[in-house]
Amino acid sequence: MGTVAVHGLRKSFGKVQALDGVTLDVPDGSFFVVLGPSGAGKTTTLRAIAGLEKLDAGSVHLDGRDATGDTPAARDLAMVFQSYALYPRRTAYENIASPLRARRCSSSEIAAAVEQMSSLLHIERLLQRRPAQMSGGEMQRVALARALVRRPRAFLMDEPLTNLDLKLRVEMRTELTRIHRSLGGTFVYVTNDQVEALSMADQVAVLKEGKVQQVGTPTEVYERPANQWVAGFVGSPSISLLACHAEGDRLVGAEGWTLPRPRWTTAEDRRPLLLGLRAEDLSVERRGDASLPGELYGLEPLGDRTVVDVQVGTEMLKVKARPTFTATPGERLHVTVDLDRAHLFDAGTGLALSETGR
Amino acid sequence: MAVSVDEAVSAGPGRDHTPPTRRRSGRGRAVLEVALLTVLAVVMLFPVLWMIETSIKENRDVYAIPAKFFDFKVTLDHFKDVFAGSGGGRSALSVSFLNSVVVAGVSTALATVLGVPAAWAYSRFSVKAKKDQLFFILSTRFMPPVVVVIPIFLMYRQLGLIDNKLGLILIYTAFNVPFTIWMMKGFVDEVPAEYEDAAMLDGYTRLQAFWKFTLPLLLPGIAATAVFALIFSWNEFVFAIFLTSSDSVRTAPPAIAGLIGGTTVDWGLVAAASVVFALPVLVFAYLVRKHLVAGVTLGAVRR
Repeated sequence: MGTVAVHGLRKSFGKVQALDGVTLDVPDGSFFVVLGPSGAGKTTTLRAIAGLEKLDAGSVHLDGRDATGDTPAARDLAMVFQSYALYPRRTAYENIASPLRARRCSSSEIAAAVEQMSSLLHIERLLQRRPAQMSGGEMQRVALARALVRRPRAFLMDEPLTNLDLKLRVEMRTELTRIHRSLGGTFVYVTNDQVEALSMADQVAVLKEGKVQQVGTPTEVYERPANQWVAGFVGSPSISLLACHAEGDRLVGAEGWTLPRPRWTTAEDRRPLLLGLRAEDLSVERRGDASLPGELYGLEPLGDRTVVDVQVGTEMLKVKARPTFTATPGERLHVTVDLDRAHLFDAGTGLALSETGR
Repeated sequence: MAVSVDEAVSAGPGRDHTPPTRRRSGRGRAVLEVALLTVLAVVMLFPVLWMIETSIKENRDVYAIPAKFFDFKVTLDHFKDVFAGSGGGRSALSVSFLNSVVVAGVSTALATVLGVPAAWAYSRFSVKAKKDQLFFILSTRFMPPVVVVIPIFLMYRQLGLIDNKLGLILIYTAFNVPFTIWMMKGFVDEVPAEYEDAAMLDGYTRLQAFWKFTLPLLLPGIAATAVFALIFSWNEFVFAIFLTSSDSVRTAPPAIAGLIGGTTVDWGLVAAASVVFALPVLVFAYLVRKHLVAGVTLGAVRR
């Protein structure tokens, strides 16, 4: 059991509106990721769920019961802090045992639970060390063990991997998914790293300036971004946006290019639009008739692929190419567009156009 | 002072690549610095030295002209007089020392018990007009004791707190609480609030989280703060002399001052009493040094 639902959360710090009506529904047993840039209100949302933040408005429901006024202890949650917040004077063993001690478990229960957790997270040899004697990755595992040692309603994780180096972060990503699968339980996971969100989540909520932009599966968020901002935030390299409008059966760019109008769009003629094109839906090889003329601006070889920057008029397109692709800057080339996978946004509101015809 | 002398001396070898002539003049400067600092040290420390000397001189030698610096007979009679009364039993001075211990100890304990939780609250919670409140708390320390002693005297007379140890304890506590709050707030700010957040999610109440997780980390700071409060209460003179009169209530500072002013002054006794009075402060000062270092490095705890 463990559903978490928040409704209309509002919280301001002085003049800054950190949460502006956040509503989320976390299903039981899911790995729910709250994704957003720094300052989006992700951590505040998590702290509100934990009961660490006094809200201006809104409610928190745990397992369907209103828990808005409950103390953190009464909510029966566990949390991993971004700074880990391991008690400095205590050994790893005592840190992990703390939630059980607070709930007056017997010392034999505690010993068994700590042992199980430390073998799951491979930290047996750290148990007698203090936080100051551990590396960042080790502290991270101990903090994780402290949260996982109990079976609370839900596990809250506040950017737990942000302070790790890249290699460790990738490792822990897989590890966390494995733990979620083996332990079950509801995970609410906050991150600003879209790769973490897309790779780990069952569901993603994208947050910006205290407002929920979109909630959906990673595929939905990536394939059907609700608005121009989500499209730009999710995905790397980020999506290229070109100003254009529809005219009959053609799409006419502000820079003078024309493309066949995608079959699925119903946008009326001359309405200002933004055409969103992801790097993997573009190609520097000539195929088909939908292509944009441009000139090579630069190359970013990334090992497994090369990102080609192509200048179309004053606008820049990021194109994914084979790692062997070479060209000289200034060279004229044509970028082939997969229009079936393109996105159209209203230039005024930024909202995605209805894609019902797709 | 020892540090500055060391620095002045070690400055020479530190400048190895300067030309020899410059170096010689640098060494000359160092010698001058040491000489000046030595003169300063003698001038500053002479009264203390003289006090200690007088306390162990026989009365004959105390009044000797010219003054005897080295060739006097050492006696501990004055120290005996500080503690033992002339007719046997305890002297009035020893009672005043005991009063000082009680008044300073209790007022410091009270100020710590009241001030530390207050500092925690000001550090952790959003309080309305927090800055104004903190400024107001500090402002009670702006006025020198001499200014407020008259109104305090009048109030205390109504309450029957004149010539009463409780009266002194209360006024010293009132003076030490603002200081404790301000100093401790700095220490509490240094301890990340997330330890308490984590403890509350573990299942502890907010007060348990403070008591079990934050307070142990504050102990060096509390020690440093308490020692400062203790020194203030121990040394305080103005309130003590205005608000107490009888020997059984008087603290040491007015009692020692009271030794001077009769037709004859027993300088040996005054000096011995002063030495006894100064000793705890010196010990405290030493403790402050130790704990202040611990307090400062508190911020270096790896987070």
